Parts: sequence; C-alpha cells; structure tokens
Amino acid sequence: MDLSTAVFYLVCLITVISAGMVALSRNIIYSAFSLLGTFMGVAGLYIFLGADFVAAVQLLIYVGGILVLILFAVMLTHRITDVEITNRAAGRVPALILIGVFIVLLIQTVRETPWIKANEVVHAPTTAKIGDAFLYEYLLPFELASLVLLGAMIGAVVLSRKEIKE
Amino acid sequence: MTPDQLSSYLVIGAILFALGLFTVLTRRNAISVLMGVELILNSANVNYVAFSHFSSGNQAGQIYAIFVIMLAAAEAAVGLAIVLAIFQLFHTIDVEAAETLKG
Repeated sequence: MDLSTAVFYLVCLITVISAGMVALSRNIIYSAFSLLGTFMGVAGLYIFLGADFVAAVQLLIYVGGILVLILFAVMLTHRITDVEITNRAAGRVPALILIGVFIVLLIQTVRETPWIKANEVVHAPTTAKIGDAFLYEYLLPFELASLVLLGAMIGAVVLSRKEIKE
Repeated sequence: MTPDQLSSYLVIGAILFALGLFTVLTRRNAISVLMGVELILNSANVNYVAFSHFSSGNQAGQIYAIFVIMLAAAEAAVGLAIVLAIFQLFHTIDVEAAETLKG
C-alpha cells in the first residue's frame, strides 16, 4: 500500500468517524467541533478528486464561516452545563433501522450500477477554468447567487434583531 | 476502496448522507438539525465532485458544488437567525416546543 492510499484511508476514517460523532454525541459542543473534522475530511476528499478550488472554498466557507456561525449559535442559545436537556435525541431505534436499510440499498446501488467512465482522468489546476465558466456559461446563475446572498443577509438581520416596543 | 475508484467516493457520500439523515430525524435541538442538514449537503457535494472527476471530465460538477456551498452558507445564516428568534420567544430551541401554530 503506497502513501497516497494510506492518506486516503485516513481522510475517509476522519470524515466518517467525526460525522458519526455529530450524529451520536450527547454534548452539542462535541457535535459542533466534530463537524470541523467532517468538513476537513471532505476537503481532503476534494483534493483527492483533483478539485483544488472547491477544496479551498470548502475550507474558507464551511470551516471559516458556517462552523463559526454554528458555534456562536450554540453559545448564544443554551446553557452549556445542562447538555442532557438541550441535546436530547428521540426515536433512535426506528431511525437506526430506517437508516440501516437505506444505507444497504445505497451501497448496493453504488456497487451494481455500471457508471459512465470518462476516457481519461486528469489532475490539473481548475481555478482558471472555473472562473471562465462563471463569467461565460454560468453568468446568470452567478448573478442570481449574489442576489440570493443579499436577500439572505437582509433576512438574517431582520430576523435576529430585537424589536423595541413603544 | 482505493482513491482511484468512483465507488469508494460514492460509498463515503452515502455514509455521510445516512448519518446526516439520522441527525435530522433524531435530534430535538434545532441547531443539531441544522448540523445534520450540513452533513447531507456535504454528501451531495462529494457525489457532484466525484462524478465531475471520474465521469464527465469537465468542471460542471465542481461549479454545482460551489453553488451548493453558497446556498448552504445562506441557509445557515437564515436558519440560525430563525433559531435565535425562536430562542428569544420561547427560551428553548427544542423543535417540539415551537408549536404555537398547532391547532
């Protein structure tokens, strides 16, 4: 087994174990910090897939933005001492059975479907191509995305401000 | 399960999706539910990028993944603002407590 395969197994292990901790941990702080491991592991998978720009975006937005936002929300909304009450889980056994059947079906499908293969798999820098695609082919979705972000920003401000009653 | 097989990435995506769905189904804390949604979006992104690398040979899947990441950021901002508003109103973020609309 060469080095890159070993690193791949390590990245997969980190991703799956920390995702499991997000799903099963009793303490919401542990859940939030395990999400960091999942996001980093997924960024590692992107690097294995030759998607360098997406990996950088994943680190910047998920780890630098969304995770910090989630941690802030955890700190602002609950008393950290009584985690048993605030991170309650219900209906675990039926959910586990459902998820078990579901994952067996998914893996069966993945294994048995003859996926289309590209002629050659390339590992090349992607940033320039993605930038070109955003400014020519995907210009309208790109501009719409900025409108969605503006709307989300205004919506978040309106929702979270305190109303002062006269 | 080797790094140059499509199916290994799809299996990782399937496991992430199942764990995210489990989180969404079982948690009663609204922030934990949002964490589960983030896991599900990440699994979809892994699939997009894997198919873009192994099947299509162009960058379309990566661009879709970037759009999904962007929408996840917007969703997290608005979702957590709603959670904070619910917390100010009910002093809890248990999703079963916020049932004022229930007749």
